[in-house]
Amino acid sequence: MSKYSVFRLISEGLRGQTGWGRAWRDPDPKPAYDVIIIGGGGHGLASAYYLARTQGITNVAVLERGQIGLGNVGRNTTIVRSNYLFPENNLFYEKSLQLWEGLEQDLNFNVMMSQRGVINLYHSDSQRDAYARRGNSMRLNGIDAELLDREQVRAMVPILDFDNARFPIQGGLLQRRGGTARHDAVAWGLARGADRLGVDIIQNCEVTGIRRDGDRVVGVETTRGYIAAPKVGIAVAGHTSQVAAMAGIRLPVESHLLQAFVSESVKPVLDHVVTFGAGHFYISQSDKGGLVFGGGLDGYNSFSQRGTLPEAEHVISEGVAMIPMLSRLRVLRQWAGVMDMTFDGTPLICKTPVRGLYVNGGWCYGGFKAVPGSGWCFAHTIAKDEPHAFNAAMTIERFRDGAMVDEKGAGPFPWLH
Amino acid sequence: MSQRNRLASGGRIDRSRTLKFTFDGHAFEGHPGDTLASALIANGERLVGRSFKYHRPRGIVTSGPEEPCALVQLRAGARQEPNTRATVAELFDGLVATSQNRWPSLAVDIASINSLVGRFLPAGFYYKTFMWPASFWEKVYEPLIRRAAGLGKAAMEPDPDEYETVHAHCDVLVVGSGAAGLAAARAAGAAGARVILAEQDFEMGGGLLLEPQHEAWRRSMLEALSAIPDVRLLPRTSVFGFYEHDVLGAIERVSDHLPVPPDHQVRQRRWTIRARQTVLATGATERPIAFPNNDRPGVMLASAAMTYARRFGVAAGERAIVFANNDGGYESAFALQDAGVAVAAIIDVRNKAKGADAARDRGIVVRLGSEVTNVHGGRSVSGATIRSRNGGGERTIDGDLLCVAGGWNPAVYLASHTRARLRWDGGLSAFLPGTPVQAERSAGTAAGVFGIARCAADGAKAGLEAASAAGFRDSKAFDLPAPDGGDADPKVEAFWEVKAKGKSFVDLQNDVTADDIRLAHREGYTHIEHAKRYTTHSMATDQGRTSGLLGSAVLAEARGETVQKVGMPTYRPYVTPVSWGGFAGREAGHHLAPVRRTPLHHWHIRNHGIFLETGLWLRPLYYSATRETGWDPILREARAVRQNVGICDVSTLGKIDIQGRDAGTFLDRLYTNTFSTLAVGKARYGLMLREDGMVFDDGTTSRLSETRYLMTTTTAKAAEVLAHMEFLHQTVWPELDVRTCTVTDQWAQMSVAGPKARLALQGCVEGLDLGNEAFPFMGVGDARIAGCPVRLYRVSFSGEMAYEVATPAGYGERVWEAILEAGKPQGIVPYGLEALGLLRIEKGHVAGPELNGQTTAKDLGFEKMMKKKGDFIGRVSAERPALVSPDRPRLVGIRAVDPSFEKRLRGGAHLVEKPDSKKSLGWATSITRSVELERWLGLAMIRQGPERIGQRLYATYPLKNEVVEVEICSPHHVDPENLRVRA
Amino acid sequence: MLRINCPFCGIRDEAEFKFGGDASVKRPPADAGAEAFYLYAYERDNPKGWYVEWWHHVAGCRQWLKVVRHTVTHDIAQVAKAGDAVSVPQS
Repeated sequence: MSKYSVFRLISEGLRGQTGWGRAWRDPDPKPAYDVIIIGGGGHGLASAYYLARTQGITNVAVLERGQIGLGNVGRNTTIVRSNYLFPENNLFYEKSLQLWEGLEQDLNFNVMMSQRGVINLYHSDSQRDAYARRGNSMRLNGIDAELLDREQVRAMVPILDFDNARFPIQGGLLQRRGGTARHDAVAWGLARGADRLGVDIIQNCEVTGIRRDGDRVVGVETTRGYIAAPKVGIAVAGHTSQVAAMAGIRLPVESHLLQAFVSESVKPVLDHVVTFGAGHFYISQSDKGGLVFGGGLDGYNSFSQRGTLPEAEHVISEGVAMIPMLSRLRVLRQWAGVMDMTFDGTPLICKTPVRGLYVNGGWCYGGFKAVPGSGWCFAHTIAKDEPHAFNAAMTIERFRDGAMVDEKGAGPFPWLH
Repeated sequence: MSQRNRLASGGRIDRSRTLKFTFDGHAFEGHPGDTLASALIANGERLVGRSFKYHRPRGIVTSGPEEPCALVQLRAGARQEPNTRATVAELFDGLVATSQNRWPSLAVDIASINSLVGRFLPAGFYYKTFMWPASFWEKVYEPLIRRAAGLGKAAMEPDPDEYETVHAHCDVLVVGSGAAGLAAARAAGAAGARVILAEQDFEMGGGLLLEPQHEAWRRSMLEALSAIPDVRLLPRTSVFGFYEHDVLGAIERVSDHLPVPPDHQVRQRRWTIRARQTVLATGATERPIAFPNNDRPGVMLASAAMTYARRFGVAAGERAIVFANNDGGYESAFALQDAGVAVAAIIDVRNKAKGADAARDRGIVVRLGSEVTNVHGGRSVSGATIRSRNGGGERTIDGDLLCVAGGWNPAVYLASHTRARLRWDGGLSAFLPGTPVQAERSAGTAAGVFGIARCAADGAKAGLEAASAAGFRDSKAFDLPAPDGGDADPKVEAFWEVKAKGKSFVDLQNDVTADDIRLAHREGYTHIEHAKRYTTHSMATDQGRTSGLLGSAVLAEARGETVQKVGMPTYRPYVTPVSWGGFAGREAGHHLAPVRRTPLHHWHIRNHGIFLETGLWLRPLYYSATRETGWDPILREARAVRQNVGICDVSTLGKIDIQGRDAGTFLDRLYTNTFSTLAVGKARYGLMLREDGMVFDDGTTSRLSETRYLMTTTTAKAAEVLAHMEFLHQTVWPELDVRTCTVTDQWAQMSVAGPKARLALQGCVEGLDLGNEAFPFMGVGDARIAGCPVRLYRVSFSGEMAYEVATPAGYGERVWEAILEAGKPQGIVPYGLEALGLLRIEKGHVAGPELNGQTTAKDLGFEKMMKKKGDFIGRVSAERPALVSPDRPRLVGIRAVDPSFEKRLRGGAHLVEKPDSKKSLGWATSITRSVELERWLGLAMIRQGPERIGQRLYATYPLKNEVVEVEICSPHHVDPENLRVRA
Repeated sequence: MLRINCPFCGIRDEAEFKFGGDASVKRPPADAGAEAFYLYAYERDNPKGWYVEWWHHVAGCRQWLKVVRHTVTHDIAQVAKAGDAVSVPQS
């Protein structure tokens, strides 16, 4: 397997780039594995990678019904950050951010992690106080955060509407270490990394059933035959309910549609990730020049993966309100992903009532930034059969117990998180 | 020489008028009817842009919206718009365009060195390098990449133009106005259907615009359509998306063909069209063939060269070489020759061609079984190398125009948006729309039907079927004179790429070569979506409209499979890019959201109210003639209330009228406390939970009669509370006799608060004894002020003796002014939202920061309000173990130990045990300067809060490196015994 | 854009409505116990297919409607008044 480097690129350049092999193998499934991960998206690939990398479990298969990386990891707005309020969340996301910071060297794959800073705008005193509560919580937990006033925001992002806005900008909460990463590259880099450690990544292999012996899992039925494993992890965000149902488990999860958009490429106009505080809008500019942006959920259960007109109107209106100069640019594409939304907005990384079966899901719309942290914690949870402190709160039981981790305070209404 | 490539005659341009324009500062002329592209060609401008990655010189490739290369910066200043396709930009007098992505100039572009080192920059090279050292990514590599990437430059100032959105319904929407589209609209219109015919071009006619012999037919069809009242013709309108429930989005370029929009006219108008049925007559685009240096300026699609000659009267070159794999190339060659362009040769990959003899009769050299292996020239084509595919040497042909006819891609984009599967057509070697899943059908070339006559017939059939499906079945006979001719054979020999040395481009805009796609395949990116993403093929502004299938074909060959098996990347909206402004319409700037104003709004304006947006409402923060900032005006108003009396506009509070025999029972189930026992003429504070046990809202609710209550909600939750009540009544307890209605906007409401509130009101209230016994705390009564009916509620948010006075909205100002007048002896002042907040924090009343959806009744000290008997929303879930844990943060008061105001307490601070402790015990929710206790104080949620009363903690605010010592106390900083409100 | 055929008002755009969640769950009686309320508030079938859900016609008649909608195609098979029974297609 060839190592990536500028020297290799040059030597390959001299012979027509013909020496590169597959980034990951295309193996047939073996009859049995130590661990099966269902789902070849960001979380599944990261889980397999960290099972091999940090838990020493390499006899692992990732089963993907189609092609890896074409679900939400390939459909998001690429934002990476750890600016959460509750320690149950911010310590987890901070672990993830720290993994991001070394991911390229670890994977030998440039995922273009760009720590350009994430600014959440605030538009009122009460919003400032709520953001300050969050920023102070981050700082107490060792996470970087800065509170900006209006003039500091203006100096960083002069193209925002400071003069004619319906909801004037008062300032912003900045996390400088936040930023963006190239989403596809993360999936490919993790696949290549896991593969190099011995993990079998098996595409076009749909799981059709989860086989149990009493209260414990023994393997999975697939379109390519039965595959045995004493431990099975579900990492199929968007379809967690469907796969969990194969093991007879009902979850506090609903699937909802989240859209993303990209504009035509232009020379740099925006150097940070900025979120609008008076609505649902976030934007950054990709290295290629496209403005990548998104908004809120469509607000009703959906698996359609299809963009809709009303949400395009909402999101783009808010974009123009926040940055009036965008008005003359053109939007190129809109698309949608299926989010599994939990009933408090916080994910599930946990054991299930079935022994040996673990679930990683409920990513709401925060899944991309969590990818390495999620894989790292899920690998730990599967290997040790108990959660790490970072994901100890992310259980199914928290809803029965009343221990929700509800950052927004929106309550048991998944479409409001 | 001006317009040296303008043909002596022909075309649909208006030669009687001349339009001036500039490109890169050079002055040129064109005519009405030109696009910027045709005018540039007329003036001999070949080089119009630089490519994305290699900065290779690029010219005009197409004549329509599918253009991958000729992207320019249009206009200047605030109206400049990047990446405009010269092929669709209508020429207007004074047009200014500049080239993009080059430095220092289009002719000499330093970054074109990328092309020389291109062998080291294959697809995805950036994934393999720029990783060392790690810190260099943000500092060095990324800024370089970002500057090099991108295409045009955005205007860095707000857009001066306006946009609007409109809504339409129709029975049949026809997209595209070629022969099929015109016939479909005509047929549907004759059947009585309401028809919209949308055409992206500025002229209706599609391919008919190239056929002078069909001009009469085109005109007669348009005249007939114009005569049907229920047919609406929308030129310059691109339908960009087909959405669920048969809704389509379209953008009309109302003023883009003018220097600036006329007064009171928009630049663009976005249509939301609800169509019972849709006919997609969107035509087809010609596709290229990959061969070395197929990107040189002067390499053009054959149909485009024909379009420039026939429609615009310009010669795209002097001596053309045509490279074809189908008969269409011959048609284009003949058209060029007829227009006066020399045709050097037709290079046909096929060994047999129907048109070969005709070509030879015309004196054109035809080389069958041949292919183009290289293109000569730098910034413009000078010739090509060709060879026989059946063996033999290469030879060179001179020419300045290389026309490529690689076959046709029917425009299946809108059909694909519906998730209808595509169907492979072996004869065309192209995908066609498959079985529809929404109310649409494709017609004409978009459905794989070629030839004007056949398209017209197919369109008429589709139009009739669509009308019938929409319910218009008695189609009247109508006269549809069929055009004839144009029965070219569209079959192609599946030929995609010439295998020869050099860069053979597949995606011209993103500089993706056939080798790049093969590299992706070698590296395991074998699925079309992976290959697309890895190479960026089909991801440019043209979204691969000309080249998408070519990429699939190159990948298919690498995989050893059919193109059909490989498929196409998913087509997603938008068919062509849409301006942000068009989406936003009028909902931009101040108009992003509507503004709600209270009935007293104009009084506040006249009296120096300083306003704040609270949700949609505008509310006065405080009043100041000098517009001073800081705490002074707030403290002044708050002191007036504590010492004398103040009046505050509280009209924004939600007000819900609740009537019915079971109104009391309903409220008992809604609130944690009991309302059925409330006496008529009394108010009670109520607390509402969500079903998960968290506090939802609070407010006072009054009983106006046995069967009628008036509820007040917080300003923020008014709409949600009403929806919640309607849900419960309609779906959970439909058996209850109760009706609910919002009356928020019907009432002006004002709070008159302070120790002299009664005295002030006694000066103006008639018909109600305000004495403490007659009208005690929590009393409700009707009266009159200044002749206006009012309702008084003796409730208090400030902690002072207070009355809320409600009057029908129209009487608001009169009543407000009467109270101000009556309260003059008591020194009454108006107070705003800031003082209101200050007073409620001092008193310890909870509001938004405490009712944030994360707190239970117990957390807020309201556990006694949870009735023991009977059902109410949230009762069961509120008892879950973690929610009754003694460790949860609970509401307390906090006060700065230091009374000097120097060390500031702030909302959002966390409470810790030691100044440098990192362990948060809770947080400050609401903080104010106190007029009563003369220090910073506020409310906080702290673990074991009530048990800590009397303790000292530190409020830490690391964002500003502030730590303030505080004392934990009761949340009721003022009058904890509640004496004042009862005075 | 969804278009919902309100039984009281006729076909209206999605913008007039607000989504209200799963209509297949039913609030338990007051004495049903904690587990029943947990299931009511939190656990969901979340079907990929036909789904019975609440929509509130907020900008119309203010009635809560039961809508049978397919969560993949967004096709709507039935819109009923709150108290009416609905039938869910088999596919």
